[in-house]
Amino acid sequence: MAWKRRRYRARAVLRARQLVCLRRGAWGRSAILLFCTLRNEIERIDWFLQHYRALGVGHFIFVDNGSTDGTRARLLAQSDCTVYGTDASYKAARFGMDWINWVMLRHARGHWCVVVDADELLIYPHWPDRPLPALTDWLERQGQQIMPAMMLELYPKGPLDSAPCFLGMNPLAALNWFDAGNYTIAHKPLLDCLLIQGGPRARQFFAETPNRAPTLTKLPLVKWSFHTAWVNSTHTILPRALNRSFATQGGEGISGALLHTKFLATVVEKSRIEKARAEHFGNAPVFDAYYDQLAQAPDLWCAQSTRYEGWAQLEALGLISRGGWG
Amino acid sequence: MSGPLGIVMLCHTALHRAEQVARFWLEAGCPVVIHLDRAVSDADMRAMRAALGAHPLVRFSPRHRCAWGSWQLVAATQDAAELLLRDFPQIGHVLLISGACLPLRPAAELQAHLAAHPQTDFIESVAIEHANWITGGLSEERFTLYFPFNWHKHRWAFDSFVELQRKLGMRREIPRPLRPHMGSQWWCLTRETLSAILKDPKRKRYERYFRQNWIPDESYFQTLARLHAHQIDSRSLTLVKFDRNGRPNLFYDDHLQLLRRSDCFLARKIWPEAGRLYDFFLSDELVKQPRLPAEPSKIDRYFELAEHQRREGRAGLYMQSRFPSHDSGAAKTAGPYSVFCGFDHLFQNFEHWVGQVTGTRAHGHLFGRERVQFHGGARVWHGAISDAAAIRDYNPRMFLTNLLWATRGERQCFAYGPEDAMDHEVNWFMATDANAEIHVIRGAWMLPIWRRGEVSDAVVAEVARLHKREQDWLEVLESRWVLAKCKVWTVAEIRAAPDACLAEAVRDSATPAALAAHGLAPLQGLDGLQEFLTALRNRGLSPQFFKDFNT
Repeated sequence: MAWKRRRYRARAVLRARQLVCLRRGAWGRSAILLFCTLRNEIERIDWFLQHYRALGVGHFIFVDNGSTDGTRARLLAQSDCTVYGTDASYKAARFGMDWINWVMLRHARGHWCVVVDADELLIYPHWPDRPLPALTDWLERQGQQIMPAMMLELYPKGPLDSAPCFLGMNPLAALNWFDAGNYTIAHKPLLDCLLIQGGPRARQFFAETPNRAPTLTKLPLVKWSFHTAWVNSTHTILPRALNRSFATQGGEGISGALLHTKFLATVVEKSRIEKARAEHFGNAPVFDAYYDQLAQAPDLWCAQSTRYEGWAQLEALGLISRGGWG
Repeated sequence: MSGPLGIVMLCHTALHRAEQVARFWLEAGCPVVIHLDRAVSDADMRAMRAALGAHPLVRFSPRHRCAWGSWQLVAATQDAAELLLRDFPQIGHVLLISGACLPLRPAAELQAHLAAHPQTDFIESVAIEHANWITGGLSEERFTLYFPFNWHKHRWAFDSFVELQRKLGMRREIPRPLRPHMGSQWWCLTRETLSAILKDPKRKRYERYFRQNWIPDESYFQTLARLHAHQIDSRSLTLVKFDRNGRPNLFYDDHLQLLRRSDCFLARKIWPEAGRLYDFFLSDELVKQPRLPAEPSKIDRYFELAEHQRREGRAGLYMQSRFPSHDSGAAKTAGPYSVFCGFDHLFQNFEHWVGQVTGTRAHGHLFGRERVQFHGGARVWHGAISDAAAIRDYNPRMFLTNLLWATRGERQCFAYGPEDAMDHEVNWFMATDANAEIHVIRGAWMLPIWRRGEVSDAVVAEVARLHKREQDWLEVLESRWVLAKCKVWTVAEIRAAPDACLAEAVRDSATPAALAAHGLAPLQGLDGLQEFLTALRNRGLSPQFFKDFNT
């Protein structure tokens, strides 16, 4: 595992020359940093920045993978964003993880970091009454270096393209339903991590092949050190011990959720493009059917969908937990 | 003019908040002596002195470096208290607070309270032999061993040295006439008591002794107060909630309503960025808002619940930060459920009937091969659990635990048997789950095959396969690890006394009233079964297949 970690770090260093620094900001020693790789997310980016600024993120570091819709210009205009640009292949860079590993190796050491995609909004118990610095303080006092936050996929009621979608909107206004309790968890001994699958995509698109359903495990909040490296997206991390962010003796650790806002109306158009680009999955042709279905603007809503109300509701449903943070 | 109350304030971080709190006391006419930790930078110190130094009621005491649990904390308090008593002779009570303490009630109220009890010392002081609440192990040994190593920085040396002293039987003598007491570091003492402690002729001797103690800031004043006080109210005026590591929990903005219900005068520790708390309790908002009735148990309960959740978790929940291992001893599922194996083949309309008498929505074969047979043929059940067989079979154990979690509060009843997608892991899981109630009719799975009315080699093979599965399932149910309530009948036993068996199967899950209203489900006709069994036997199946059917 130590060698695997070094290999990933070496890959990251090798891929560094693919990145061009377009804008460099400054931040304090105790600032919470946010790292994000993105491409063409103009409809989400304003709300994304607003959400994380309110949480107390001190500085944003973006890797822009060839946006053509104005996202890059928008990011360059922000005073609290550092922007790297690249036109290289997302897939060849291990779905962007080599880039993220590199920029984190360069900037993140000793900082608490949020690592998310542009369509993921982090929430956790007691937010927004207690901003991120309160959480990271507490985690640190508990001797915890990482907090898990599984991906919770939100969808509208009705066909995916029926909900309005415009620049700067709050995506939760259009997407406010989720699956409350159909997630399956398997423990993977190799990395000592949990593999969480399920949710509306498994129910709708992968009912015959649930093993192919997207992984929902995420570890988006981590105190980075020189020795840390992402393995597979932000699902798993090395050193291995960091993956053990779950309690095994019956108690509950703290956890949050990443509200996944993928299913805005634009997903219908985007899935046509993504099918052609084939940049998102290792074995891309297998997922053609999935993209085809998405392009039909299906209705993910079902009679047992739950309307999103807030973190307290998610905690009551057992999706997240305060884990002792009273 | 000065009030009868003086404040000693120990500060080391978030000085802007400490300054705000100091102003609160100054406005109420209380003299404040501020101790700034030596670790505070000179710039910060100068800023604070500039902000407050000109005020006639403010003094800054000699600075010490106060590490957690060190003697320096006591020394800093002594110096500050001496300064306060010397410069402000009219003071009646001295209140010790930290820079992260927040007053919860108007200063006038505290002053009135103290004026009403001029001779009382408010200091939590518990005799060491009765102090069973200490988190972190040592109690009496705090007073009888030596502690030259820092617990935070050199944990290993600290622990080994304690262990060594225990082995050697080392014991320091406690100076007479002290009786060790401990309690919260934050107190409010009368001038008489505090002066007596500071001017005690044996002070040097006591200091030498307490310097060697572990966490003397929780024992020095607490022990000496017992020597000098007239009247002790052994309860701190400051609310502190400790976490499992013995550190104070922080209070945040969302605790505002809880803190308003506290019966204490101050709270510690406040998160420095909790602006809403500082704004509320330091402004006249506090006086304007109607006073809420004191319910200190609410705060206790709130933190106890969080701690319980951290330690025990919620029974039957499997999630990203709770994934109990098999041997953790935690409850496996969220609530009781009943598994009926073979009943639907023997009794008419069994699924409907069992739903009626138990008052639940009984399912069919949840593990049916084609799909999940939810109650009423629903495609999706609570929690958006899909009826797709492939999804269920991908992780059948989590399918079951998810269902039980999503429907907690409602007993789940379902049919199960060898004809289903029986899973070995699920068999074990249910058998070792104390919430499960499993009722089996051996051999009943053969009835649907018989009703199909054909006898061929394929049927013989199927019967042999299902029989093998049933044997595996029964073997699990008969193992010594079983925690579920299990009962196994044979088809012959059911035929002999159907009503008695059925009544026993639902004894724990059905209500007597519902049973009386709906009666018992009638047996399905079994005429011609014997011929089928004979035909199978003649095709070469071993006689042991048939013993469940012989009366």
